[in-house]
Amino acid sequence: MKMTRIFAAAIAALGFAGTAAAFEGEQYPPKEHHWHHDGPFGTYDRQSVQRGYQIYQEVCASCHSMDLMRFRNLAQRGGPFEEEAFPNPNDNPVVMQIAGSYTRVWDQDEVNDDGDPIERAGLPSDAFPAPFANVQMARASNGGAYPPDLSLIVKARTGGENYLYSLLTGYYDEPEDSHLAPGMYYNPYFAGGAIAMAPPLAEGIIEYADGTEASVEQMAEDVTTFLSWAGDPHMETRKQMGVMVLLYLLIFAILVYLAYRQVWANVKH
Amino acid sequence: MSGPSTYNPSTGIEKWLDDRLPIIRLGYDSFVDFPTPRNLNYWWTFGGILAVFLMIQIVSGIVLAMHYVAHEDYAFESVQRITRDVPFGWLIQSMHANGASFFFVAVYLHMFRGLYYGSYKAPREVLWILGVVIYLLMMATGFMGYVLPWGQMSYWGAMVITNLIGALPFIGDALREWLWGGFSVGQSTLNRFFSLHYLLPFVIAAVVGLHIWALHVPGNGNPVGLETRKGKDNKKDTLPFHPYYTVKDGFAIIVYLMVFAVFVFFLPTVLGHADNYIEADPLVTPAHIVPEWYYLPFYAILRAITFDIGPIDAKLGGVLAMFGAIGILFVLPWLDTSKVRSMRYRPLTRWFFIFFVVAALGLGWCGAVNPDDFVLGITGFKFLYLGQFLTFYYFAYFIIVLPVMGIIEKPKERPASIEAAVLGSDKA
Repeated sequence: MKMTRIFAAAIAALGFAGTAAAFEGEQYPPKEHHWHHDGPFGTYDRQSVQRGYQIYQEVCASCHSMDLMRFRNLAQRGGPFEEEAFPNPNDNPVVMQIAGSYTRVWDQDEVNDDGDPIERAGLPSDAFPAPFANVQMARASNGGAYPPDLSLIVKARTGGENYLYSLLTGYYDEPEDSHLAPGMYYNPYFAGGAIAMAPPLAEGIIEYADGTEASVEQMAEDVTTFLSWAGDPHMETRKQMGVMVLLYLLIFAILVYLAYRQVWANVKH
Repeated sequence: MSGPSTYNPSTGIEKWLDDRLPIIRLGYDSFVDFPTPRNLNYWWTFGGILAVFLMIQIVSGIVLAMHYVAHEDYAFESVQRITRDVPFGWLIQSMHANGASFFFVAVYLHMFRGLYYGSYKAPREVLWILGVVIYLLMMATGFMGYVLPWGQMSYWGAMVITNLIGALPFIGDALREWLWGGFSVGQSTLNRFFSLHYLLPFVIAAVVGLHIWALHVPGNGNPVGLETRKGKDNKKDTLPFHPYYTVKDGFAIIVYLMVFAVFVFFLPTVLGHADNYIEADPLVTPAHIVPEWYYLPFYAILRAITFDIGPIDAKLGGVLAMFGAIGILFVLPWLDTSKVRSMRYRPLTRWFFIFFVVAALGLGWCGAVNPDDFVLGITGFKFLYLGQFLTFYYFAYFIIVLPVMGIIEKPKERPASIEAAVLGSDKA
């Protein structure tokens, strides 16, 4: 996978290549986990997406960007903070409050009359702020490893949700023969078995706003559901329309088939 | 068109137009009254399905191009923005990406029909060759279209395929740079691929026009492989295209669209590759570069040539074999020496053909996996060897089986006419 190669390159660059014995552990297939949004009629568990956003915001966002996300997405149709009273997601008070809690220079092109960048509170139309200004800074802060952008992470990994869930809950005690390089953690669901990301979830790191007990499994499920929604925010509309389209085509097919039988009824063929 | 025109302009405006531009006459003779063999089965519906999919691809593609940004820094994001922020963008993008796969499924079934029922034989050689030209154009269009989202597989797929050009002797390197517009796949490559990806579908549409023209001179082939009789017996062998085949094709098109809809709405990403949701990164090579599924058999043929043949090194040999695998289709009408069109009446060749189809599917399998892996876990039996064997058979089918079988095979007895074939099956 990408991360291992980046890590391998980083190790080599830092001159560890000679000292760190290469560790190639067996990669486990992802755990089978049931998702609320599985299947042709499955919808996102709205509460789970909300809790997952809390995890992203309080835990993941310190290293991982989500460049494709805007605050308004959280309130759009199918989003975690959608409210019927606010069809325009930019008016949604929850999202305005979330966006407004960030103050920073959002856009280098937004300047005042002196030509200096403006520092202002976030708006629902602003992108999720990235934790690092650039790739080099991200690497420098993470022992050479680059924390990937999470906007599409569920789609960008073979195994999707199950892979991510397994990875987040898959930090086990390292086998004796592993000889992990410094700063590496054992996780058999990750290709190669050695991952640079420290176990991100632990009992008690978070208190859910809705009072749900924050076990590691619960947090992993919630954040995976959130990331799944973030990668495919129109899934519910898509499935609903799919059902209607298939019904329409089915009726159409039956009618045309009957017409076909009628037209060909007296013809030898 | 076969047979004289039977169009009778009934209104004044039709008469007026018919004397100046007989376009209604052309449409009437081609798609309404066109005499079509009465025994066509559902294998003959894929032509109509393909026309529908060409239109789906063109219309959805034009809308996508309104929102797409052909720039190496923005292409990936612009495609994601289309699926997120453009109204129904998720639908249009999914239709276009999955539509390409369904276009290729239909074209492979259409070609299978042509190969099984001998649709390439006289007097339809030009019709067949135009079909191969369309197929080549589709391959080029599909390849360049896959590059546009600028994901990891887009970029590295483009890298692998364009690097093949470099294998050509003497001119290879210069040609490759000319194609790239630089010293690697980059901004200029993306820009020109976008331009060509927009252009080629219209070239395809034009060749489709020729393909239909070439079809309407001899008329359709049919499952028994007999020509429709001329004169007054023609009516006994044929039916007017409308309503008989418009309704039959229509039914097939709707059923095919239902399968398409299942993918568009419920499985929109299964035909893609996870790595293509990672933005292109020239510094990070994916562990396992695979092309889109519809190129896999040819990818396997490319990788099957691992040895030098005289002055031709393995790499060039692979490239020649890959292009040869398609190129040989151009001369197929002259390789098949049998006068019998339909495999129904060719008891031996039929089995060779069925194995040819198995070989083509097997090559697709070989193309999808690492050539050094073992087939079904059998130690020592690498996919490479399977791919080499199947590549040999692929070419042997055209170069040895078809020419020889036409001479040694004794075909089964064929019915006297399409009418006789229809009545024969009716009695049974």
